[in-house]
Amino acid sequence: MTTTPAEPDMEGLQEAFDATIARNDRIEPRDWMPDAYRRTLVRQIAQHAHSEIIGMQPEGAWIGRAPSLRRKAILLAKVQDEAGHGLYLYSACETLGVSRAELTELLLAGRQKYSSIFNYPTLSYADVGTIGWLVDGAAICNQVPLCRTSYGPYGRAMIRICKEESFHQRQGYELLMTMMRGTDAQREMVQESVDRFWWPSLMMFGPPDAQSTNTERSMAWGVKRNSNDELRQKFVDMTVPQAEALGVTLPDPELRWNEERGHYDFGEPDWDEFAAVIRGDGPCNAQRLAHRRAAHEDGAWVREAATAFAERSAGEAAR
Amino acid sequence: MSDDHGSVFDGLIDGDLGGDSSQWAFGTGFEDPLAGVDTTVPAGTDPAELAAYCLMLGDDALIMSQRLAEWCSRAPDLEEDIALANIALDLLGQARLLLARAAAADPGAVPVLPEGSPVPAEDALAFFREAGAFRNVRLAEVPNGDFAHAVVRLLLFSVARLALLERLRGSADAVLAAVAGKGVKEVAYHRDWAGRWFLTLAQGTEESRRRLVTALDALWPLLDELVTAHPVEVSVARAGAGVDPASLRGEVDAVLDQVLAVSGVDRPDRPPLAGVAGRTGRHGTHTEAFGLLLAEMQVVARAHPNGRW
Repeated sequence: MTTTPAEPDMEGLQEAFDATIARNDRIEPRDWMPDAYRRTLVRQIAQHAHSEIIGMQPEGAWIGRAPSLRRKAILLAKVQDEAGHGLYLYSACETLGVSRAELTELLLAGRQKYSSIFNYPTLSYADVGTIGWLVDGAAICNQVPLCRTSYGPYGRAMIRICKEESFHQRQGYELLMTMMRGTDAQREMVQESVDRFWWPSLMMFGPPDAQSTNTERSMAWGVKRNSNDELRQKFVDMTVPQAEALGVTLPDPELRWNEERGHYDFGEPDWDEFAAVIRGDGPCNAQRLAHRRAAHEDGAWVREAATAFAERSAGEAAR
Repeated sequence: MSDDHGSVFDGLIDGDLGGDSSQWAFGTGFEDPLAGVDTTVPAGTDPAELAAYCLMLGDDALIMSQRLAEWCSRAPDLEEDIALANIALDLLGQARLLLARAAAADPGAVPVLPEGSPVPAEDALAFFREAGAFRNVRLAEVPNGDFAHAVVRLLLFSVARLALLERLRGSADAVLAAVAGKGVKEVAYHRDWAGRWFLTLAQGTEESRRRLVTALDALWPLLDELVTAHPVEVSVARAGAGVDPASLRGEVDAVLDQVLAVSGVDRPDRPPLAGVAGRTGRHGTHTEAFGLLLAEMQVVARAHPNGRW
């Protein structure tokens, strides 16, 4: 802790903070910040970090079954990237005074969330491509604005992550494109996968603006830069031409170009389903957490051994 | 392609990896791993034997990689998850080159697929061979255990493979020499990683030491196969294209003795794991677990023999 004056000038600190936000400058770890801002950031960054780590599971399940050695290498490298993203984000969160171990405990206790999309199962190899195309695509729409987020370490982590995510999205799309040029069975596999992932992908942007409890304040603080509905629209507009080029149908009868708005109109996701998944009642919520918990618990003895070894080595070095 | 996201893990993992992106995402960015490489079989080497030899080294790498990749999302911490994936990727890259080399040396070694199948030779070899045609040592295929098991397996494997690759750099076969030249740097890192964890677990806690010794006892009988010569290895070595693994025994023993001594762990007194009528992994005689490993690895590819991926 840095020493603070006996009576800190709270008003002055708040003014300096507000001025930094107003100038679109970055808040850095040593700057004063309101507690609520800190809490909001921890919640959002941790949720994002957990999403990367939990997100390793649905795709990781297919590494062993990847149908070509090249695809196996691509998939393994991608899932490894997600572990790397988790690392950067946990590090960004640690600058706010919360350790990775604490955050992991909060995740395992169900007190912090991760992206709802990872509570859906991966059922065919096409899902690897669909996740790259739609899920990473949606993540990019969400995350590119975060490169300009007001908290410095988070924004800088996001710049690296976005670069890699867009690489993953291209790889996913390329897999689907290749499969579409393959056999009828492969084309059916791609369509079936897109049918399952389309609506959950739209839900990744969160509830409609009218129901989003956190959006307004996060936007005022420059933590968040666009509303859920704006980003959802952007994703749909970006994705429809890609689906056409791919030759798949997006499973929404209401989807059509609206000349007047200059955007695609689209149907309403099933928000009851979204609420259920968020509540913990999706198809894979329990499975994902159990997998993460097992890895964490199975590794406890290794982490303890590493700590004991490091302490002993440090002790010997000191003598 | 892989370069623009290749330096991501700089500073996150030990410096050994440096900024060479090809070391961790190797083989993700191109279709034909041997494009532009001279694949003429050197004079005096039998092409079928060279292919069989490449399958031995390639299958070792492929099956190790398959087991290592099972750790993905299951490692004790994120850093180890990333390191294990790195090692699996390196070995997968080596496997692709070696399988492609086997196919180029002897197209007759490649399983025949339906006419018009777009499946490349390396994938035909990986996904359409039966268990008996795989030439990997059994050490590579036994099921995963705890983290100590992963560390010990990788230590035994990488000590032997590094000794082999160092000599294989002088192979009369230009492809094998190139694979070895690249592989030496990779496997040196694998050996280092395994060696450091071996020491850490040996001197960490009572539990970690107990688990390490248990894993070492269980895996030690599988070490012998790595330094025992199959007739193909002897023949290809005699032609100057390969390395006789029996000639590595002294070096492998010395390196392992060093690691054991520093860690304060006794060398296990366990005989080599028996084969079946003298046949082991190099002959295509495997463990019961191997069929299950292949069932998982091959299931999607086999369902789509005309598939494009």
